Amino acid sequence: MAHTANAHGDNYLNHSSGIGSWLKTLDHKRIGLMYLFTVLTYFLIGGLFALLIRLELMFPGQTVIDPNTYNKVFTYHGAIMVFMVIIPAIPAALGNFVLPMMVGAKDVAFPRLNLASYYIYVLGALIATSALFYGGADTGWTFYTPYSIRTSGAVIAVVFGAFVMGFSSILTGLNFIVTIHKLRAPGLTWARLPLFIWASYATSIIQILATPVLAITLLLLIFERVFQVGIFDPKIGGDPVLFQHFFWFYSHPAVYIMILPPMGVISEVIPVFSRKPIFGYKAIAYSSFGIALIAFIVWGHHLFVSGQGELANFVFSLLTMLVAVPTGVKVFSWVGTMYKGSIRFNAPMLYALGFLQLFVIGGLTGVFLATLAIDVHLTDTYFVIAHFHYVMVGGALMGLLAGMHYWFPKMTGKMYLEKGARIAFWWIIAGFNLTFFPQFIVGAQGMPRRYHDYLPEFSSLNLLSTVGSWCLAVGFFWAAINLWRSLKRGEKAGDNPWHALTLEWQSPSPPPHENFSKDPVVSSWPYDYQAEAGLTPIQKWT
Amino acid sequence: MIGRQTQRVENRTMSKQSTKGRVSRASLGVFAAALLLAAGGAWADTPGLPIQATEVATKWDALYNFLVVLSIFFFVLVIGAMLFFVWKYRAKPGVKTKYIADHHLLEGVWTFIPFVLLMVIFVWGYAVYDKMISAPSDAMEVRVIGKQWLWQFQYEDGRSTINEVFVPVNRPVKFVMTSTDVIHSFFVPNFRVKQDVVPGMYSSVWFEATVPGQHQVFCTEYCGAAHSQMLAKLVALEPQQWEEWKRGKKLLASDFPKAGETAAISTDRTASSAAAASTASPEAGRLQLTLAEQGKAHFQSKGCVACHSVDGAAKGAMGPSLRGVFGSEVALLNGSKVVADDNYIRESIENPMAKVKKGFNPVMPTFKGQLAETEMNALITYIKSLK
Amino acid sequence: MSSTHVTTGGHQHAHHFANAAEEFEASKQGMWLFMVTEVLMFGGLFVAYAMFRSMYPEMFHEASKHLAVKLGLTNTIILITSSLTMVLAVIASQRGQKQKILMYLGLTFLLSCGFLVVKYFEYSGKIHHGLLPGGLFRNSELTHPKTPLFFSLYFIMTGIHAFHVIVGMGLMVWLALRTMRDEFSPAFYTPVELVGFYWHFVDMVWIFLFPLMYLVG
Ligand code: HEA
Ligand code: HEA
Ligand code: HEC
Ligand code: CUA
Ligand SMILES: [Cu+2]
Repeated sequence: MAHTANAHGDNYLNHSSGIGSWLKTLDHKRIGLMYLFTVLTYFLIGGLFALLIRLELMFPGQTVIDPNTYNKVFTYHGAIMVFMVIIPAIPAALGNFVLPMMVGAKDVAFPRLNLASYYIYVLGALIATSALFYGGADTGWTFYTPYSIRTSGAVIAVVFGAFVMGFSSILTGLNFIVTIHKLRAPGLTWARLPLFIWASYATSIIQILATPVLAITLLLLIFERVFQVGIFDPKIGGDPVLFQHFFWFYSHPAVYIMILPPMGVISEVIPVFSRKPIFGYKAIAYSSFGIALIAFIVWGHHLFVSGQGELANFVFSLLTMLVAVPTGVKVFSWVGTMYKGSIRFNAPMLYALGFLQLFVIGGLTGVFLATLAIDVHLTDTYFVIAHFHYVMVGGALMGLLAGMHYWFPKMTGKMYLEKGARIAFWWIIAGFNLTFFPQFIVGAQGMPRRYHDYLPEFSSLNLLSTVGSWCLAVGFFWAAINLWRSLKRGEKAGDNPWHALTLEWQSPSPPPHENFSKDPVVSSWPYDYQAEAGLTPIQKWT
Repeated sequence: MIGRQTQRVENRTMSKQSTKGRVSRASLGVFAAALLLAAGGAWADTPGLPIQATEVATKWDALYNFLVVLSIFFFVLVIGAMLFFVWKYRAKPGVKTKYIADHHLLEGVWTFIPFVLLMVIFVWGYAVYDKMISAPSDAMEVRVIGKQWLWQFQYEDGRSTINEVFVPVNRPVKFVMTSTDVIHSFFVPNFRVKQDVVPGMYSSVWFEATVPGQHQVFCTEYCGAAHSQMLAKLVALEPQQWEEWKRGKKLLASDFPKAGETAAISTDRTASSAAAASTASPEAGRLQLTLAEQGKAHFQSKGCVACHSVDGAAKGAMGPSLRGVFGSEVALLNGSKVVADDNYIRESIENPMAKVKKGFNPVMPTFKGQLAETEMNALITYIKSLK
Repeated sequence: MSSTHVTTGGHQHAHHFANAAEEFEASKQGMWLFMVTEVLMFGGLFVAYAMFRSMYPEMFHEASKHLAVKLGLTNTIILITSSLTMVLAVIASQRGQKQKILMYLGLTFLLSCGFLVVKYFEYSGKIHHGLLPGGLFRNSELTHPKTPLFFSLYFIMTGIHAFHVIVGMGLMVWLALRTMRDEFSPAFYTPVELVGFYWHFVDMVWIFLFPLMYLVG
């Protein structure tokens, strides 16, 4: 690959300098990095809150904080992790960096809007976090009425912050859809789109269709507190369960905003490190849309014991089952891709394997919860907590880490330090299972969630979980420090250290300001690993 | 090149077929094991789960165990295959990969089989659920009020208790529940039942305890500072203890053993305290008005009698008689029909305009905010008793 | 950072687009998607409306009689007219008739002002009679205990709609300023066209709101 652009060393990082050149940048790559930085900062904060939760739950009774503080801590933990970390993490942070390059574009369709999305996100995040300093909120990340109407504290600020961040999410989705439609490189037909793009596309659709409903729901909740409009307040004749319907109409699809993009990352990483075409390209691409579609009609599985009615329960349970089918198709196809491959164990691949292990457990336990009778006992217990940490941390965050390591050379021009990355991986996977597997058991035994205190019979499993959370923390810190050190000590990365076939690797590392030194033209499928199979040699892309 | 590819795919299919028989037999075996284990749930408490103190719990455990085994099967299948592949096909110098891009039969199989299994799970889950929520019509009723942060129970005989509730074993019991403030949720792990308790409406949960003793009750909907302290003890009483309770004996939940644990010492204690109590008048409980009687008193004092008779004849055109209303189908002014259940009666009292009975004028004033939840419970119990 | 606009033949298009036509298509698609999100947002409100209306049909019937149908009708006419003037502004921009763009934008702006003035009288009437949302409701004529809900919906839905009108007016001012700076030409009039879209949408929402709120029964 020619190094024409790199020859005189011009790349997006040194294209212009000074803090202002970052803050006012319209370059999607820089915006992606700014997102990543902000997301990881919030991940650190949310993680510290998590450690505090686990510390409090180390022993029964009050351990370090009182109930009111505890309630705020898990509210912030949940809200930060969902709205400020996991929803923007892959779509906005990695997506911004990778997506335009993958389709061979110079930028996203609307660069200004893109920068605006970033600032809207930061603004919303700051508004929500600022509430910490004037009372905090103790509603849980679900803001259920009427509790959220009655409780004192800065609920409005948190809700308004989430409302604002919603617009960022909508605008990013919009930007990506138009980019995918209008800015693909010549020759990049729909059938040749990388799976990460398909996944991002499906995600963007969800962002556009579901987020406005969250926006209006949160706005109504604010009106509820300010003007007592009463739509959700039984005192005035409203219906508190309606709030739950509205909330989950967004928040269920939102869980697929969290998981589809990491699934896209996994679909890139596994073939690259197996040196084989992805198995079932079409099935994986379509299943993303299958999942996105079903995502909109299953929200009621969060309301099985709310009194929404037997018929609704019947329908929602049935529909929820369906979502496991396309997800299963993906999982089986990933494993199938490894069959007769030539597998390398670099950190991205390790994280992808970790993703599979954890996500499958999370997904299978999701099926438990989708089963009507079973959910009645398990809902609002630690079983649910374990389920969603397995899918969100085990699935989405593993996908983020896989992606961060995978694209690190492209983003920085340096290789990350492999050894440290592997050590961190093992700490994370061990710590994670130790933290959250016991929660399935303690949940099935009946320990409710959002409990500051618990019965003595749940002690040993909770202690185990707390110890696990420290191992997990060691892992994440290790990964973070290792990446940081890699910035300085990492070896210089080539343009395409993984020998991948997607377009972003056909450009120099780090890429020039306008992404490619030469406008790319596509003539083959991005998973065409023929050379490795002894077939015709790799076709050149540009 | 194309030819080479198809040939490869064919090879693959063939090698697949030879293992297929083995694979399907193995999975059949696992499936049978799953069913067996599920059946196992039917006669023994399951390790890692609360004791089975209702028939529903037994059925629940069976399904749960089935899911556990099925999940282990899929986990081992997927992750086992993954580990095997990464070991077997780890990069080795000079070894070529195989160019396989898809395999429609295989994809069909792994779409179809999970789909069928999921439908089985769904149907089974619904069947158990149906059992869980269909209270027998002869169920004894207790009215439950959730408040930040306690549980109050009102019995038909007019007594009420806080954070402890006494019910007979081996008899269906139905709890009709509401909340005075925010949403709570009533959860008894030993019975595998749970139901949200929502302000402004009634929800219900039923069970038939098969194991006597104390059962833990949790509040499982987040409700504020003392959410984790909003606990109660549900005590399932043996028949003779139940008789004593009915005669008005005061009981303490803490005197009873935890359900499923050896009851030796505690039975002693109850026996002795029963002996002590037997000196008291068995009629002690009768000093109190039953819940329906309390309701009757409210019916007078709140002025319902002005418009409603209870003898079956409408009081002029003022208001309908309330005899036999409960459980009947009421024809409304707007032409529709509703079954008069707890929520309908409550709505008729709090919000009479919402559903106006056919043949009457909407003149009934609203009583919203004028009745405490306990009074509302008494009134409804009274109206129910007008058979 | 250097400007991302390159000038080709009198109009501009951003560097990452192949040509102006492609950029125009992209912007249009973006706007359509944005409209979809708007529909869903109002959709949420309409769902709440439908739910409560099906629960309390008589109450909706009764409460709706207390809305000023005449004022509502006036506003309907005003908005439809403004949609027309907006179309004329777009046509003028396609033809590069600067004066006409300004005139029609001005007219649309004035009509929107008219809309807001009527709204002001409507709202103050409601406030005067204590017909306020939820817990603030103070009217004794309307006896159905759920009536405050109707006025909650009324104020929220028409309020959010009015907010959209105000945003639209801001956009018109912005367009007018850009027109005066000669930024539009028959080759580049995307912003005018997109604001036009937006304005028709705002109009459409009102066309739904008017019968649902004022003409129940
Ligand atoms: C990334 C986020 C994410 C993802 C991907 C999922 C995935 C799924 N979730 Fe989860 N869920 C959450 C995040 C997520 N969830 C959160 C945050 C909550 C709680 C929120 C709160 O209350 O705070 C929640 C809660 C939740 C509930 C409500 C629980 C309750 O509160 O009572 C339910 C119930 O149905 C559910 C079901 C499912 C199902 C069926 C899937 C499916 O998509 C899983 C599909 C995957 C598989 C099944 C595994 C792979 C498939 C195979 C190997 C094929 C073979 C399988 C079979 C034949 C079974 N989830
Ligand atoms: C993506 C979402 C996400 C993530 C990542 C996590 C991460 C963790 N969560 Fe949490 N959690 C939620 C989402 C998430 N959680 C939600 C939605 C709830 C429900 C809230 C509610 O009920 O309202 C919840 C609730 C919840 C509870 C239940 C509280 C209760 O009900 O009372 C518990 C208890 O153990 C818990 C624990 C943890 C732990 C130990 C981690 C650990 O994994 C955290 C470890 C992380 C760190 C220690 C930080 C390290 C970070 C860095 C060093 C920064 C840089 C990093 C890199 C470059 C890698 N979480
Ligand atoms: C001013 C007269 C009046 C008073 C006082 C009154 N009601 Fe009524 N009530 C009516 C009328 C008229 C109806 C039938 C029209 C309707 O459904 O609103 C009715 C209907 C009902 C119904 C529904 C009956 C059915 O068959 O569907 C119930 C239950 C009821 N009232 C209970 C009460 C209770 C309890 C009180 C006192 C706390 C009370 N009412 C006080 C006039 C009255
Ligand atoms: Cu009551 Cu939680
Ligand atoms: Cu969900």
